[in-house]
Amino acid sequence: MSTRRSFLKVSAATGTAAAFPHVGGAQPRPVRVGVLHPVTGALAYSGQQCREGALMAIEDVNRAGGIKSLGGAKLEALLGDAQSAPQAGAAEIEKMNEAGVSAVVGAFASAICLATTQTAAKYNLPHVVDVGVADQIVERGLKNTFRFGPGYRTCAQVAVANLHVLNTAAGKPAKSVMIIHEESLFGTGTANLLSRELPGYGYDVKEVVKHANPTRDFNNIVLRMKAVNPDIVIPANYYNEYALLVRTMQQQKVQPKAIYSVLGGAASSYKFLKEFPEASNGIIDCNHWFNPRDRRSAELRKRVEAKGLFFSYEVFMTYTAMRLLADAIERAKSTDRAAITDALAKSAFSDHIMPYGPTRFVDGQNQGAQPLMTQVIKGDIRVIIPRDYREAEPVFPLRA
Amino acid sequence: MLSFDVLFPSVLNGLTTGAVYALVALGLTLIYGVLHIVNFAHGASLMVALYAVYLLKTRAGIDPYAALPLVVAGMFAFGYALQRVVINRASHGKDENILLVTLGVAIVLENLALMMFKSDTRTIDTAVTLATVPIGPAMLALPKAIAFAGALACCAVLLWIVGRTDLGRAIRAVAKEKQGARLMGIDVEHVYAMSFGIGLACLGAAACFLLPAYYVNPQVGGGFVLVAFTIVVLGGMGSFAGALLGGLLIGVVESIGGLFLGESLGQIGIFAIFIAVLLLRPQGLFGSRV
Amino acid sequence: MRDAVGIAAFAAAIVALTAWLESGVWLTFLMMTLYGALLAQSWNLLGGFGGQFSFGHALFFGTGAYVQAIAQVGHGANPWLALPLAVLAAAAVGAFVGALSFRYGLKGSYFALVTLAFAEVFRILALSVGFTGGGVGLMVPLREGAANMQFGSRKGYVLLVLGFVVAALAVTAWLRRSRFGARLQAVRDNEDAARAVGVDPFATKLGAIVLSGGFMGAAGAFYVQVFQYVDPAIAFGPHTSVEALVAAIVGGMGTLWGPLLGAFALHALADLTRNLFGQLPGLNMVIYGTVLVLIVMFVPRGLAGGGASVRDAWRSARRSAGHRDG
Repeated sequence: MSTRRSFLKVSAATGTAAAFPHVGGAQPRPVRVGVLHPVTGALAYSGQQCREGALMAIEDVNRAGGIKSLGGAKLEALLGDAQSAPQAGAAEIEKMNEAGVSAVVGAFASAICLATTQTAAKYNLPHVVDVGVADQIVERGLKNTFRFGPGYRTCAQVAVANLHVLNTAAGKPAKSVMIIHEESLFGTGTANLLSRELPGYGYDVKEVVKHANPTRDFNNIVLRMKAVNPDIVIPANYYNEYALLVRTMQQQKVQPKAIYSVLGGAASSYKFLKEFPEASNGIIDCNHWFNPRDRRSAELRKRVEAKGLFFSYEVFMTYTAMRLLADAIERAKSTDRAAITDALAKSAFSDHIMPYGPTRFVDGQNQGAQPLMTQVIKGDIRVIIPRDYREAEPVFPLRA
Repeated sequence: MLSFDVLFPSVLNGLTTGAVYALVALGLTLIYGVLHIVNFAHGASLMVALYAVYLLKTRAGIDPYAALPLVVAGMFAFGYALQRVVINRASHGKDENILLVTLGVAIVLENLALMMFKSDTRTIDTAVTLATVPIGPAMLALPKAIAFAGALACCAVLLWIVGRTDLGRAIRAVAKEKQGARLMGIDVEHVYAMSFGIGLACLGAAACFLLPAYYVNPQVGGGFVLVAFTIVVLGGMGSFAGALLGGLLIGVVESIGGLFLGESLGQIGIFAIFIAVLLLRPQGLFGSRV
Repeated sequence: MRDAVGIAAFAAAIVALTAWLESGVWLTFLMMTLYGALLAQSWNLLGGFGGQFSFGHALFFGTGAYVQAIAQVGHGANPWLALPLAVLAAAAVGAFVGALSFRYGLKGSYFALVTLAFAEVFRILALSVGFTGGGVGLMVPLREGAANMQFGSRKGYVLLVLGFVVAALAVTAWLRRSRFGARLQAVRDNEDAARAVGVDPFATKLGAIVLSGGFMGAAGAFYVQVFQYVDPAIAFGPHTSVEALVAAIVGGMGTLWGPLLGAFALHALADLTRNLFGQLPGLNMVIYGTVLVLIVMFVPRGLAGGGASVRDAWRSARRSAGHRDG
């Protein structure tokens, strides 16, 4: 009850401020936005990268004049720590709700997003999901949940379709596949989808290997790889394990015809590239990526790297999610949650650096979202598919 | 799956991985055998040692193998101080309190590391990182082969310390009969602290051998704790030979289990052994009757 | 009788508090504190009163959680019907582990470690079998309504968990007064002596672990109803096991109100540190860990042990303790 009252107050105040922008020269009340990520615990690295992205976006919006339809009101971040656990994330949403945030951006990990979006729904608090790829997140009929980026079903489908294109163009040298995935929601979900799609295109999924988080040693899996001798190895896991796997493959001199990642943890990662230039060479990834043709991507990358950070997908996904939200608030002309939710649902947001089709939300999922295919070629990560964004010719297969 | 070409490298791999586990377990078994405490901070201490190795390499350019004496000495001092100043004083000797104190220490260490080093995973590059040693059909990773040798050496050193030195005699006395030892004039608190220090020193050695083939981040210790406990129980609490053998055995079981059941389900072999040993032969391979 | 009055007063106070509170933050805090108390109380039955420390109490928690989830997702059962199943399943697992461990005479650290091992085994199994959803986990569909044990406001959940907590308090109070409880404590204090006077340690300990497991199972079912998602890590991971034992020990093992006090103190501490120091990731947990150590240092018999502990602690801290009990 009290939150709604304070909402009306805030909305009225900003409404009045907008109606009389010069009266008293008062600064319009800032728009409070929750920024919720797992910045401690097992997912701390990703959470902190996401947070950086969100804060940079807020900085940019404010520098460009804030929310103009609200008299130049600045965005103000309310930071929350999901502690790498769903219940902590849910508790933070409660706090943010009490503090009167107009919307929330978060929470990176699918399992945490499931809990946070649900809690937010109780208060009709609009929640933009920055990464969380599990499809269940947008399939529960929650009106407050919006995801700008693609889910893993889309990623799996795009990956398989493109694999077929590459393979066919090269004369179909590859047929057998080995999938290596991490054991929780994202990895298992992705692997399940791939196992279903691949045979339809004529590929033989010889083995699906599941591993723990963390896995201390990949020698066994690489041994299996030597025995199975797949043409294509498909990893779907997080950074640490991906890196260990690929390093072990390099050490054991196992080189399949392609390492074809789907949402690979280190596949299209500048960090991995820098630390292991040889092991990463030639790896193809189907993952979140920015529009390489948009000059602003390079600018943003420079700014991030100037801070000593890597320009990882967490940064630009959350950056974009925050810009999406700012755009919605601008069009809603209000900090009222229902108005923002409505604006998001109708959003046609196009002023962004992601290589997506036209923005259109259906049941909270942006239909324009798509992953890109990248490959590490000559020491840099280059987009290879789709053609509109191609930066280099794909190298497929890596060996005959 | 059953071909020699696959089984042999798998077993070798298990032996070398197990050797690193053994190094971690050696420290734990000493701490448990003497102080009778379940050290929840063991994983976090390994993490501290790994960061030490990392820093020595990246800031001072010292190779992990060359850094061995430094890290071992440093971890020894750290362990001695930790036991003497914190654990001892806080727990008043009660079992459940020691548990909580070591848990609290683990939380503090892990989050201090998070504050100081952020959560990035860090690796080092050494000359041996990618090298392999061909043994039959296997290509054994050189860092792991070195780790194997290192574990044997450490075990030998520990056996010598405990078997042949005055300190070792004091440790054995305190482990067996604390009050009696005190009555004989042995400074029990000092012996406890020395034992804890040696236990963490073993982690220092483990870290030097582990980092070239692995990585470090604030949460890295957690992945080794359960395995270490299993080995301690399997080998017999307080037995070094047991920890070494147990480590090798567990390493092989994990490897073969992973080969046949998959990496995820394969882990079950470790815990099945753990439970079986606890139920059927709780003193483990070499421990004295419980 | 005094206990019964105390429990009733406590229940009434919480109900009144719940009715009065409007803030989602405070209601969530209350709910999570009571939930933490339930975990600690369950552990306390076996650990505090029975003297058998378990490091793997998540085993029972996860069993209850999965049964609750599977009954709804796989078989369309009503959650109120699933709840007793969850409790029974967890109690049955307790009986199984207890029978095995106590039959083979496991005590002290060995018992603690075997419970840990079982929790890990279940976690790995849950990852590998189909009906648990494997690594993907299980999501209970959102369908608000008291009949569906999903409450629109946190208040409903607070009252639900309060019910469990009161039941646990009642059982704990009963343990303090009953013959079974006396036997249990006798076994805890000196198993051989207890056997000598005709107590059956095996049956007694088994009873304790069954009770303890059952309540943990209720906590697991509750978690599923609140968060509507469970996966092997949430169900059987060490996080819940640790939460249960820390709160119980800090609060005071073997006491009636200890677990509740411990859960409250720890949640308040965690929230406080997060609010004050949340800006720098990690700092709040460093402080939390430090305070935990300090609590143990100065209140070694737990918060419910109260004043006597502080006095003793000061004395022994000055004597620079190091000697062990017995």
